[in-house]
Amino acid sequence: MMRFLLLFSRQGKLRLQKWFTPIPEREKKKIIREMTSLVLARQPRSCNFLHWKDLKIIYKRYASLYFCLAIENQENELLALEVIHRYVELLDKYFGNVCELDIIFNFEKAYFILDEFLMGGEIQETSKQIVNRCIESSDMLQEDDSSEWYEVELFG
Amino acid sequence: MSPSVPLQEMIRAIRSARTQCEERGVIQRECAAIRAQFRQADNGGRSHNLAKLLYVHMLGYPAHFGQMECVRMIASPRYSEKRVGYLGAMMLLDEKQDASLLITNSIKKKVHDLGELFAPAARSLLSEKNHGVLHGAVVLITELCERNPETLERFRKTVPDLVQIMKGLVISGYSPEHDVAGISDPFLQVRILRLLRILGRNNEAASDAMNDLLAQVATNTDSTKTVGNAVLYETVLTVLDIKSESGLRVLAVNILGRFLLNNDRNIRYIAMTSLQRIVGTDHNAVQRHRGTIVDCLKDQDASVKRRALELSLALVSATNIRSMMKELLLFLSSCPPELKSQAASGIFNAAERYAPSQRWHIDTILHVLTTAGGDVRDETVPNLIQLITNTSELHCYTVHKLYRALLTDISQQSLVQVACWCIGEYGDLLLRGECQETEPVQVTEDDVLDALETVLQSHMSSPATRGFALTATMKLSTRITDNVDRIRSIVSIYGSCIDVELQQRAVEYNALFKKYDHMRAAVLERMPVIEKNSPGHTNGESTKEAVKEIQPAKVKQAETLLPQQPTNQVCDLLDLLGGSEEPLQPNSAAGSTVPVLPISTSSTAGGDLLDLLGGLEPAPLTPAVTVYEKGGVTLTLSSEKQSDSGLMVTLTASNSTDSDISSFTLQAAVPKSVQLHMKAPSGDFLPARGAAKVTQMVVLNNPNKVNLKMRIRVSYTSQGSAVQDTVQVDSFPEH
Repeated sequence: MMRFLLLFSRQGKLRLQKWFTPIPEREKKKIIREMTSLVLARQPRSCNFLHWKDLKIIYKRYASLYFCLAIENQENELLALEVIHRYVELLDKYFGNVCELDIIFNFEKAYFILDEFLMGGEIQETSKQIVNRCIESSDMLQEDDSSEWYEVELFG
Repeated sequence: MSPSVPLQEMIRAIRSARTQCEERGVIQRECAAIRAQFRQADNGGRSHNLAKLLYVHMLGYPAHFGQMECVRMIASPRYSEKRVGYLGAMMLLDEKQDASLLITNSIKKKVHDLGELFAPAARSLLSEKNHGVLHGAVVLITELCERNPETLERFRKTVPDLVQIMKGLVISGYSPEHDVAGISDPFLQVRILRLLRILGRNNEAASDAMNDLLAQVATNTDSTKTVGNAVLYETVLTVLDIKSESGLRVLAVNILGRFLLNNDRNIRYIAMTSLQRIVGTDHNAVQRHRGTIVDCLKDQDASVKRRALELSLALVSATNIRSMMKELLLFLSSCPPELKSQAASGIFNAAERYAPSQRWHIDTILHVLTTAGGDVRDETVPNLIQLITNTSELHCYTVHKLYRALLTDISQQSLVQVACWCIGEYGDLLLRGECQETEPVQVTEDDVLDALETVLQSHMSSPATRGFALTATMKLSTRITDNVDRIRSIVSIYGSCIDVELQQRAVEYNALFKKYDHMRAAVLERMPVIEKNSPGHTNGESTKEAVKEIQPAKVKQAETLLPQQPTNQVCDLLDLLGGSEEPLQPNSAAGSTVPVLPISTSSTAGGDLLDLLGGLEPAPLTPAVTVYEKGGVTLTLSSEKQSDSGLMVTLTASNSTDSDISSFTLQAAVPKSVQLHMKAPSGDFLPARGAAKVTQMVVLNNPNKVNLKMRIRVSYTSQGSAVQDTVQVDSFPEH
């Protein structure tokens, strides 16, 4: 299973953090610091796999963002690369040519998309279309939510 | 109270802050506004405020005041609030908050029972069409099988179904929903392959059922993109793990060989990781790719280098030792510092096992010491010294080489220590000038003494090294003819050295010159050949504590000729002192009757004082008794009496199975009145087929002389599963 997923910029600023196991707050900060320093120190054309404690760290750079995924030892590293790529594709489809600013200003949407795709450290849904459809319907529910028409229903 | 700004505005404001101070100001203002808003009654902006709070939290600022708000928002009827509420709960409530206890009221049933509940449901879910559900079902079944072997047995029947599903995925045409670069739903494929691996392990029938499928996947999967390689990788792992037929295994190893030649670094890394796993079983198959692996040693990437090093060390054999060693030594000179010590110890092990000749062995070790002397382990020095003493025909060659190395560089402590020791022992050979194996060089006594003095005075030398140098100088007093006065003056100078260790030695050597000159020659004679594997040989390794009981016996005690008496836990010193009350005649007599204890390095500088000593007789160990033998793990026990009530027990574990064992730990319990003290074990890793052992010493004190029993619990991890077992030892072998 996956343990955590971190997104950070080239300057080491955290953009997204998803933890799949319960970890105390201090431990999380420490892990984030270690990951950013480990990954940012890598040469440009090195291997995308790292060993850290008893986990394997898979990282990939997309434009100015580093995607850093930690998996357990018996997982398939190449597939983890595909998981990262799939998430990027989902973001791309949703935001239309996604860039780092999209993720900064709409971070809660990025989380919602991630939660539709991964759950409990495993892939939840392998089909891109279904995930996209789920996100769209959630957004529609949210819009209905804020429309006054709905509020009138409540009071009526 | 400033008006709160929408989320995007706030983010922009924070990003445009030019200093940390400015940013903190903006955030403080916002947090105050958010807190005020939370305190108010229900208003429409709650979700925005929480989202702002979450952003602030991600930047690293405290956000605990939002926790109860999250709980409230989860209960809200509005969907947008619920959504952000859950997100907030996930991000903020991960500590031991009461709120999280409210939300996650865990089911306290055992996993076993839960497994019972879900197994039939999981089975039926395998016939689902929806890939998401199918994927979840496969994951669930995998987890159930991994935790419970009974469930595993039951799910073996699903192998044909799984094979069917896989075939469907592999053969099916393009499906837009699940396609990734031409592969249909690779995530599901990989999960199914993993489940098949678990089901087929150690089971002929299941393995047979999946043979065809695996062959098909292996040949048909397109390997141009990463995703295809991911599926192939999983297939190879599965093939190698189950009881596959040999043709299939060859196919798998060939795929790995192809991976090794791939341009993509990731693929090469993966290939080496997998080859590492099978190098034990399919050694010859992996040997074929040795050339590529050795080339990967020169790769730029540190991860690839590490894997290549491990694999190369595993591939060293008697036939290829010379060429491999050349490559490894080349690697050592340019390898990254974090790999140096691993490389050095690997090279030593390989050299020890497969050395084609003594001279080659010594040359190799010297080469390693010159290139990576700072990173070798402590026991290298005594091991090397023992090796040198044993090859008496090469003494001349060795001492010449070491002398030359000493002249060039005195910064590598291990090298300098060995060089000093050799010069001290074989200085006469050095001065004689001629040597068959290497070109002769004219060395005068002054040159040698100069070299030793440089070491003594250099600030680069550690206290232990200086000890070595002083002793060597002293030994030379019997081996040279002209400059004995110079040695005498050096020794007396160091009689007032600040370093207590050095001072003590100097004082004793001084005494040796003055009062006991008649014994000097005998004391400083050539060391006899050290016996390998004498009991107590591993003392330096297995005891973690420094050998603190070094009791220097003053040379002034004329009765005992032994100037230094290091004790260690193994030898019973009282016996020895009792036996050597009369002054020893020629040292050689004593030396031949007593097996010599090799120099045990310890963290104190005095550990190397043994080099002056003839020998100690450690108390004989009782023969090792096998107390536990199960699952390929063998535990033997040997003991020796330390004193009237003390017993030192040595437990040795070895692993005769085909897979490595990790996290090997021993715990012991004894009857109430007995005191138990376990020393640190030599390690916790048992490589397959008895390649290395783990030893652990246990000190027992039985003052009440009760009937001694010991219960030992063995726990380890083998092939991914944890094993625990207990054994009771009722009788201890005693002599």
